[in-house]
Amino acid sequence: MRSTWKQRLAAIDRRGFLATAGLSAACSQKGEQAADEEPPSQLGAQVSAYGERSPYETAKRLVPDLKRPQIGSTTTPLADTEGILTPSSLHFERHHAGVPPIDPARHTLLIHGMVDRPTVFTLDELKRLPSVSRIHFIECSGNSGREWKAPGAGDVQRGFGLASCSEWTGVPVSLLLEEAGLRRDAKWVLAEGADACKLFRSLPLDKLLRDALVVYAQNGEAIRPSQGYPLRLLVPGFEGNTNVKWLRQLKVVDEPYMAKDETSKYTDLMPDGKARIFTFVMDAKSVITHPSGGRKLSGPGFHEIRGLAWSGRGRIETVEVSTDGGKRWKASMLQEPRLPMAFTRFRMAWEWDGQPVELMSRAIDETGYAQPSREDLAAARGLQSSYHYTGIKAWRITASGEVHSV
Amino acid sequence: MCRTLLCALLLTAIAAAQSPKYKLGRPATPADTSAVDSFVSPGGKGLPPGRGSASEGRAIYERRCARCHGPDGKGKEEAALVGGQGTLATPKPLKTVGSYWPYATTLFDYIHRAMPFDNPGLLTRDQEYAVAALILHWNGIIGEHDVMDAATLAKVKMPNRDGFTADPRPDTGPTARKEARK
Repeated sequence: MRSTWKQRLAAIDRRGFLATAGLSAACSQKGEQAADEEPPSQLGAQVSAYGERSPYETAKRLVPDLKRPQIGSTTTPLADTEGILTPSSLHFERHHAGVPPIDPARHTLLIHGMVDRPTVFTLDELKRLPSVSRIHFIECSGNSGREWKAPGAGDVQRGFGLASCSEWTGVPVSLLLEEAGLRRDAKWVLAEGADACKLFRSLPLDKLLRDALVVYAQNGEAIRPSQGYPLRLLVPGFEGNTNVKWLRQLKVVDEPYMAKDETSKYTDLMPDGKARIFTFVMDAKSVITHPSGGRKLSGPGFHEIRGLAWSGRGRIETVEVSTDGGKRWKASMLQEPRLPMAFTRFRMAWEWDGQPVELMSRAIDETGYAQPSREDLAAARGLQSSYHYTGIKAWRITASGEVHSV
Repeated sequence: MCRTLLCALLLTAIAAAQSPKYKLGRPATPADTSAVDSFVSPGGKGLPPGRGSASEGRAIYERRCARCHGPDGKGKEEAALVGGQGTLATPKPLKTVGSYWPYATTLFDYIHRAMPFDNPGLLTRDQEYAVAALILHWNGIIGEHDVMDAATLAKVKMPNRDGFTADPRPDTGPTARKEARK
């Protein structure tokens, strides 16, 4: 049933959107005269200094019940996003010791170690340097990790929401290291944040020189505190933990320093008891976000299958979709531009005949890497590795249109 | 001739590479560096002065660590630090300092930079060495009275030191490396 203008206005008013008594009173007078007709145009809400989304929109990060809310993660509602960018407010979080309150006027970046001129940069100085903007995903290597133990994440947010994609702006690490006089015998860089646990990672110098950035902006504004304000290391395609937030120093060294977060965590245990270390790259992955688990199709007929694909090795070349449980695969339409190490949106027109059906997607990147099945992954790595799960995800649609995880 | 020219060009190129182009940022002082540089290499570079043994670590562990890690390091609210040796190749692997961590320096470094969780920086260097020694001792790696310091800690050989391998991926599908195939 169509709600009346008065009812809709009342709904907005209840949410505290229009607090001005005069405007409400004026509207209610007119509403009483003709409750079921569209009224003449009315003045809307006033201008505001910082935008808010419509109160009708409720997509949120999922905040789990944590024994220590400073340690843990929240997930992006990917099934509620369109295109390839994640709103900064919905970018997933993973904190190891809370979000530090940093005054940008007092925050500096120290570059030292195997450089000829150890240098301290203020934020203002970093912003004066030649800048670049790039669109890249960040994915926690624990994303989809529960699928190792038991497949069947109920929805996209729970199963895939530790991945997000933003436009990042900052300075190439190569420029900063050259300014500081990088020594030729250097091989690794230690990147440390200013959070309470002073999280750090050892990163191979060649990768940082190739395409890493020290970024201060995300989607056109300053990085959010939960994403590393005021400075973050951005290492395209590498596991999320290496994109060190609240970055305060880069120390150039000759070997990895075996941080707690690159030995005890973020290593992949194999069936023979050995563990893979420095498994940085996030392999190609895809997921159908519509239709997807926990949602319901409104009925048979036309639906657009939509999803996201990404690869830490480069561009997405193809995303194949199966609408018969994996028997036949067909290439989907890929939204341009397809950027390296960024989300790529795929779409496919689909007529649902109302019968139970199973939908799957499979990403192939520009290196030829094809997203594996869970069985392929398990055959190669066993089921104890915890991280870097990339298996093909299937959604089952019942005759009533309900979508469940397989 | 050609060689001289090449040398000259090379020297010019090196000189260009060696001088800062934008002249922003200020030279870091030793104070700037020492304020934040607590990194400890697996060989022990960067370990600070101080010393401690397992027996000296018990009191401080009980006061500052047991609440989360349990009275004997076997875990409580937080991860177990002790036990699990021999479980890594089983269906129920227990990853602890003793069973999994490849370097004792990582243990000291993490205590020093991040523990106790709600108040990092609270312990003295002696206490940090002593707590590290206690956890190593509980795992059967060192003796109760063995002193851990900048010289001895890096010499500790952890049981799982050789338990890590390089990334062999891609390990599935058409681009899988040969060595990654089973």
